[in-house]
This record gives sequence, structure tokens and C-alpha cells, in this order.
Amino acid sequence: MVLKMLTGSQAVAWAARLARVDYIPAYPITPQTEIIEILSEWVRKGEMEAIFVQMESEHSLFTAAGTAAATGARVFTATSSQGLLYGFEMLYSIAGWRAPLVLVNVARAVAAPITLEPDHNDVLAARDSGFLQFHAENVQEALDLVLFAYRVAEDHRVLLPAIVNIDGFHLSFTRERVELPEQSFVDEFLPEYNPVNPIRASEPVAKGIPVLIPPLYSFFKYQMHMASRNALNVFREAAKDFEKLFSRTYAPVEEYMVEDADTVIVMSNSFASAGKQAVSALREEGHKVGLLKIRLFRPFPTDDIIKSLRGKKCVVVIDQNISVGKGGIMCPEIAEALYHLEDRPRVILPVIAGLGGKSISLEEFRYAVRVAERLASLKAGPDGPLLLFREDEAILVESLLKTASGG
Amino acid sequence: MSVTKYRTIKDVPREEFLVPGTPLCAGCGALLVMRLFHKALGGDVVWVNAAGCITLMATFPYTPLRSSWFYTAMPSAPAGAQGIRDALDILIKKGKLDPSENLKVVVITGDGAASDIGLQSTSGAIHRGLDFFYLCVDNEAYGNTGFQASSSSPIGSGTATTKPTPLYPMGNVLPKKDLFEIWRSHKPPYVATISPSHVVDALRKVEKALNFKGPKLFLALCPCPTGWGMEPSESVKLARLAVEAGIWPLKEAVYGEVTHTYIPLKRRPVEDYLKAQRRFAHLFKPVKNEGIIAEIQRQVDEYWSKVER
Repeated sequence: MVLKMLTGSQAVAWAARLARVDYIPAYPITPQTEIIEILSEWVRKGEMEAIFVQMESEHSLFTAAGTAAATGARVFTATSSQGLLYGFEMLYSIAGWRAPLVLVNVARAVAAPITLEPDHNDVLAARDSGFLQFHAENVQEALDLVLFAYRVAEDHRVLLPAIVNIDGFHLSFTRERVELPEQSFVDEFLPEYNPVNPIRASEPVAKGIPVLIPPLYSFFKYQMHMASRNALNVFREAAKDFEKLFSRTYAPVEEYMVEDADTVIVMSNSFASAGKQAVSALREEGHKVGLLKIRLFRPFPTDDIIKSLRGKKCVVVIDQNISVGKGGIMCPEIAEALYHLEDRPRVILPVIAGLGGKSISLEEFRYAVRVAERLASLKAGPDGPLLLFREDEAILVESLLKTASGG
Repeated sequence: MSVTKYRTIKDVPREEFLVPGTPLCAGCGALLVMRLFHKALGGDVVWVNAAGCITLMATFPYTPLRSSWFYTAMPSAPAGAQGIRDALDILIKKGKLDPSENLKVVVITGDGAASDIGLQSTSGAIHRGLDFFYLCVDNEAYGNTGFQASSSSPIGSGTATTKPTPLYPMGNVLPKKDLFEIWRSHKPPYVATISPSHVVDALRKVEKALNFKGPKLFLALCPCPTGWGMEPSESVKLARLAVEAGIWPLKEAVYGEVTHTYIPLKRRPVEDYLKAQRRFAHLFKPVKNEGIIAEIQRQVDEYWSKVER
């Protein structure tokens, strides 16, 4: 094991290298570029025995990635935001081909308006595609989850592609101390990819073909659903092996001071670090608060969520995304998981925060927790999603709007 | 390269890689071309397909092919070919795959995918020098969706979206995209046009292309009985008429250098070709539109006036 200072981008590039990937089709987009620059350099220097090919678009990139994985190569690629959306058609195809490649999404909010800062409207748009989704909070987790992603995706009980999400800038360009796993240990954790029905001269196959009979379509789609559900147990198995080799472990969700908490904040990704800090501060103020971090979003870890949240008074779901006309994307999923419990939380407060990289302050976390607790005491429900927006930000926005209108 | 296995029609390989029983239409020109193409390539092939009529060739649980098939998506079959080619190369290089398992990677698309939605990925694959074959089966419209105009539809043709009306008596008013020239401008090793009517010419071209590493592109005129409005039995006849009228020049370009492989000594009038199809019927009924027919003839004549004999 080697300790290194790595950015999130460098860490996932290292993970791809340690996974001994065969093929890296790529297309540049901010803030994903550092990943593919590093990998192209390693391939050009002969430090990785892989083919790196720069495609002409994300749509083509995903197509090449999918067909290569179906042919039997271990494939890595990365994109972000508009790029993920541009290639969107192929996400469903790749999942349907059961081609288990790994894609790192460097989260960035989607246009319009244009921004480079992160939220999760890009990656969560892909939640129904059949890709597994792993969400990383810090640099170490980013590296480790890429290894997990291959292990789970390539398992014959799963055979689905995976997205590992890292937040743009906040994680992609943040440098942290990382334990770089030794190659021999990674090789033990991650055996060679053993493709099912690859394309070979001796055994012709037909892939991606129409199934014009509706029951067949239902059958194949539901097979994908079952395979994704299998991924939960495969992930847990992998976590046990990973712990033996690396003395670290990961669960589909992560609890932070949840056990004795009355109110639990639910979050994912890098902003969860700010959430944990807020929880610690609120604890000092006497609030019995905890945080539940969603690490595996597809398949959705319903049982783990029930285990953490049943019997709690309030749940505050911080969605760093917005489904326009509804609210956050994650909140209804949490609510649905808890609905049939007798001891379900009194209040599930949907909160929209951190859109386009907007920071979330302690004051805002405190406010959200207070709103939830007040609703609980009033035995009332939330009146739509709560948008976290500070007074200083409102003043800033007002002055910028004035400038734009020439006043 | 002057020695060829294919001197007469009797030299067409007997072996079939595309067996009877596809859901494609009777008389489909694309099917004729594909069958021929496959004979010339041999059996170790993976076809990479973009959405089009041909996509229906393999529908679960059947395939008429004795080779592999991979349907990708309408815009990106050449990118799919890239992934397969690269994966086979790297797996062979790393010793994970026996070289005997290698395959020729062949893209098959219709003209809509080739000249419209898939042009970006086609250009990308040619630019990268991808070692693959590309066969565009050009029936001059979006055949699979009911024969709407594509940018490959010829001027004066009636399609589901260019119906002749009093405002637009000639039907389609836009020119046919010159895919041959678009491809040629990328300077790939080999580009050719072929026709199901000129079998030996087509076989020889595939045979020649096998000598090149890199993009090998084929544009085939494929009569479409349902869209063109003619009898299925007339497909080959119509294809031949297109060549004889000079509408479909048979040519090839090696690294950009163009040679015509067949020059009709006396070209048939374009009118003979046009009036044999329902899609041009409005040029003759209720009154003959001499102006438009003359314009189509003029364009063909102009093309051939620049061809050196």
C-alpha cells in the first residue's frame, strides 16, 4: 500500500489502471478532462496496456464502449453533464446488451443556464437506464468504488454497466491523502473479466436485435431489474473481500451518528461531508441529529434505508437536484421505502439545496432540521419542497439581476 | 491486384452466409447486395447495424445469418464497429483471444443513417482510419418508417414527406447528397459504388478492398419495391437501368483517385428509368413535366461530360 496525495480525477484514473482496463474510448468535457488526459498519457507512455481512442462525440463514445465490453474487453470511460445527456440513448442500449463497463460521471449541473459546477441532475437522469449507480463522497471512496463497480458489474449474477459519480470540482479537483492499493491485491479482488456470449468467429451471435413480441420485451427488461437487485448482495460480498484485503469497507449506505438520532439528514456525494460537519455542530448544540449517506443509488438499497430510518421522528432529504414541477428526485424514493412501516418517521421533509454547486452552510442545515422538527410537533406535512437559499445570496442575486438589466 | 477470382457470373461463390427466411420485403435490393457482399467477404464477419430496414433481418429468436450481428443505434454503427475492432485487437494483443477468433467488422446502414443522423460517426471512424468495411444500402429514402425523404432522396422523387402538390409539382426539391464525394474527401484507402445488377463488378471491388487496411466504403443502389413502386421481380432490372442511364455511376476511389469501372457507351435516357417507378409517376401524369425531366437529364449529362474515357 502506498500513500499518495491525489485529486478525485487522479484517483479514478488510478483505479482504471489498477483494474487493468483494456479499452478507454473518450471524449473531453469539463470537468472530466483530467481523467482522460491522465489515462491517454499512461497509454502513450506504455504504462498501461490498453487502447485509448478519442471519439467524435459522447454518443459514439458510449456506443464504442458498449460494443467493446460486449466483445469481451474491460472498458473504462468518463463523462459529465451535457456529455452524459448527449450519449443518453446508448445508456439504455448498453444496459440492455448487459455490457458491464464502468463509467465515471464527474457531476455537473445541466444547461440551461450553463454552469460548470456540480449537482446531480445529470447522473440521476440515468437512474432508470439499467446502469448501477455508485456515489462517492471523497477521493478514497472514488478510487475504491471504481474497483467495486467492476467487481459487481462483471459478476454473472449482475452483468450490468455501472456509473461511479464524483462531484465536479468539489471532488474531481480536490486533493486528499489516498491509500493506493497494491496491484496484486487488486488482482485478487478483481479477477479477469469473463464475458458471456462475446463476439467470436467460432460462435456467431446476434446482439441488440429487436424483440417484437411484447411479452419478450417485458421478460428481458424484468431480467435486468432482477440482475440489478442481485447487485445488492454481490456488493455486500465484495465489501467483505475488500475489507480482508484493504482493511476498509463499504456498505450500500453509510450512517453517521444515526443510531440515537431523532432527525436524520439524507444526502449523497461530496456535499455529505458538509452535512456530517453540520451534524457534529448540531449535536454540540444539543440536537439529536444524524446523517445517512446514500452510496448505492441503483439498485436502491431499500432494506438498508428502512433499517436506518425506521422509528425516527424526522427525515430531511437533501436533494442536490430538481425534478422541475415536482421537487427532488431522491426524496420520493426514500418516502416510498418507508411508507408501509408502522413506525415510519412523522415527517419526511423534501429539501432542494446545492443546485449548480451552491454551498450549503451550517445555518441552512440547522434551518432545515428546525423546519422538520416544527412540522413534527405541529403534526403537519411539508408544503412542497423547501429551497435552501440564504439572505446574502438573495442580495447577490438581486444585484446581479440589476446589472444584467442595465440598472 | 489485376488478378481476380471473379471473371464471370459463374465465379460467384456458392457458399451462402445469408440463408432464406428473412422478414425483409420480396425483391429488396439491399438483401441482394448484402448476400453478395457476404459471399465476397467470407464467413468470419460481424455486421454492425444502424436502424433501418435491414435491422429487421434478425428479430428474436431468429437470424438468417451464419455470421455475427450487432444492432447498435441509428447514429452510431461506425462507433460500434470501432469498439468491436479495438476490443478484438487488444484482446488478441494481450493474448486473451486466439487470432483465429478474429473477425472482419462490417457496418451496414441505410442511406438515412449514412447521410443524415450517422454522418458524424461515419466521418469520425473514417478520420481515425478504422479498419472496417462500410456498406450503405441506398434505397434513397427512410424505407423502414414508410419511405420518407432522406438527404439521399433524388430530386423529383415523391416520398411520404415530399408528396407532389400543386405548390411542389416535382415532389422532392432538394438534391441528393453526394456521399461518395463526402467519403472520398476523407481520403480513405477505398471507396466504391456497386449495384445488385453488376455482380462481378461488385465482387471484384470487395476483393480489391480486402487488400487495404483502414476504412473501405461501399455505396450500393438498392431498389425498394414498396417505396419505389415497382414489382419485386424488377429490382435487378431497375438497378441495371440506373447504371445504363448513367444515374448510378459504377466507380471506385483508391486513396481519393477516382476510376469508373463501367462506362455505358450509349446512355439510356433517364426517362426510361424514371417512368418505370411510381415514385416518379407525377413527372408523367397528368401531364408530362418536360422541364424537370430535362433538368435531371442535364445533371446526368453534366456528370458524364467530366468523366474521362
